[in-house]
Amino acid sequence: MKNKRVFDTKVQYLKYKVLREVAREAWDDTLLEDLLDIPKKIVSGKTPTMRCCVYKERAIIAERVKIAMGGDKENPNVIEVIDIACDECPAAGYEVTDSCRGCLAHRCEDVCPRGAISFDHNHVAHIDKSKCVECGRCSKVCPYSAITNRVRPCQNACKIKAISINEDGGAAIDNEKCISCGACVYQCPFGAITDKSFILDVIDMIKKNSRDKKSKLYAVVAPSISSQFTYAKLGQVVSGLKTLGFHAVVEAALGADMVAYSESKELVEKGFLTSSCCPAFVSYVKSAFPELTEHISHNPSPMAAIAKYIKDIEPSAKVVFIGPCTAKKAEAQLKEVKAYVDSVLTFEELQALFDSRDLDITQLEEEALDNASYFGRIFARSGGLSDAVAEAIKEQGIEDFDLKPCSCDGIEECQTALMKKKRGVLTENFIEGMACSGGCIGGAGCLTHGEKNKAQVDAYGREALEKTITDAISVLKM
Amino acid sequence: MKVTVCIGSSCHLKGSRQVVEQLQYLIAKEDLGDKVKLGGTFCMGKCQQGVCVTVDDEFYSVSPETVGEFFEKEIKQKVK
Repeated sequence: MKNKRVFDTKVQYLKYKVLREVAREAWDDTLLEDLLDIPKKIVSGKTPTMRCCVYKERAIIAERVKIAMGGDKENPNVIEVIDIACDECPAAGYEVTDSCRGCLAHRCEDVCPRGAISFDHNHVAHIDKSKCVECGRCSKVCPYSAITNRVRPCQNACKIKAISINEDGGAAIDNEKCISCGACVYQCPFGAITDKSFILDVIDMIKKNSRDKKSKLYAVVAPSISSQFTYAKLGQVVSGLKTLGFHAVVEAALGADMVAYSESKELVEKGFLTSSCCPAFVSYVKSAFPELTEHISHNPSPMAAIAKYIKDIEPSAKVVFIGPCTAKKAEAQLKEVKAYVDSVLTFEELQALFDSRDLDITQLEEEALDNASYFGRIFARSGGLSDAVAEAIKEQGIEDFDLKPCSCDGIEECQTALMKKKRGVLTENFIEGMACSGGCIGGAGCLTHGEKNKAQVDAYGREALEKTITDAISVLKM
Repeated sequence: MKVTVCIGSSCHLKGSRQVVEQLQYLIAKEDLGDKVKLGGTFCMGKCQQGVCVTVDDEFYSVSPETVGEFFEKEIKQKVK
């Protein structure tokens, strides 16, 4: 049960148990035989703990097993709704509850801009849904907090409004709008929306690699790893990856150093740019602001940059990216990235992979992880990319360019900045777009999300041997 | 001649950047750019012996202190 503490929520823990079980069977080559037994193994006994009965619980686990095995191949989105797991939460919007005392003040009525509030013979407030525009002012002024907003957590999490309610009352994702950021995955209290896993592909690669030794397997880890697996040392996570069968572990932050260096050049040349590191942000610009697509940096993401470097020096290599991000799973499928990144795992999935081998990483010797500079490493948190671009401009001795970064922390801030740019009123000349709040450390694939994560990323940054971007990338120019 | 220097974490901490810089400098100084191809790799699996360097698949353990001597003996003399 110790792993319960590794995650923020019990939904994550349940998802993890399924992944771990699927992975265990895969290592033993018994997955196809035992596939149908997994739900009963996870939900044993006769007393339901999550749903109305154990049979529904098992049916949902069976769906989770499918998603752990790669999910619906017909659906191009890496984020999927498990229809039978969706609890069809109330979504009535603003409603007056029985806490309304029928007071005299009627602040709710006064503040309503649409005249949507009326009172019955008991002086109790009622909201006329045909007039209400969901502004929420009535809720804010009620002294009894009697007006609540019933929104679905998934819809509330999806700030770009890609989730609607289908005719059966369940959540439905609009794939044209969805940027695969995973906000809904992390927020759905029933775990009904989840990211497809490619853990089986990774196990296959490890197995094949240990058998024929023809290709080496590289783990490229995102810098946000510094705020994860906090029950162990980072060096032990690195050892754990090597024990699993990875040949080497390389920091994606070195790719970030490469990107910061060339992105700063591109910015100076073009005068205005948006970052291209966050795949959810890039996808958002393309779908919601197509006219701004030309301003997206032409640099690959740090993941793609370092993976390309690895494959350039060793064409037979296989690269698995391990990070906090569900959108990276979608990025890895893009035609310009596919050749470099063979698979993507989240930190959640890595935890399941360790435990599927009963690997207690806290018992392992620490191994080094040090490829990138401070600046590459702080890409993991909001503002870090702008700091790195400023540093790269300085290091290249460019003096006649005045960097004015707009660091967007979360997709709503990205939306505001893009809107301003579209209208020609944005005063900044560089948009750092991060879809998750806090930056990558807020990613849906993180084990935990905490207040200290940013400080941990900065501390990890300061531990880097190389203090400048130029020094960090100098070894790549051979 | 192909010279490969490990730039993986362990070797990096032991000074692979200095080794690379020195080799680049010495190769340029001796005008061996046409004959010696310098490249990098992540991990040769012998982290204890880093900085790991191979010369046409022959393994050497080099450090920023010994790189000059290594260059003379294993690169310059052999290539000429």
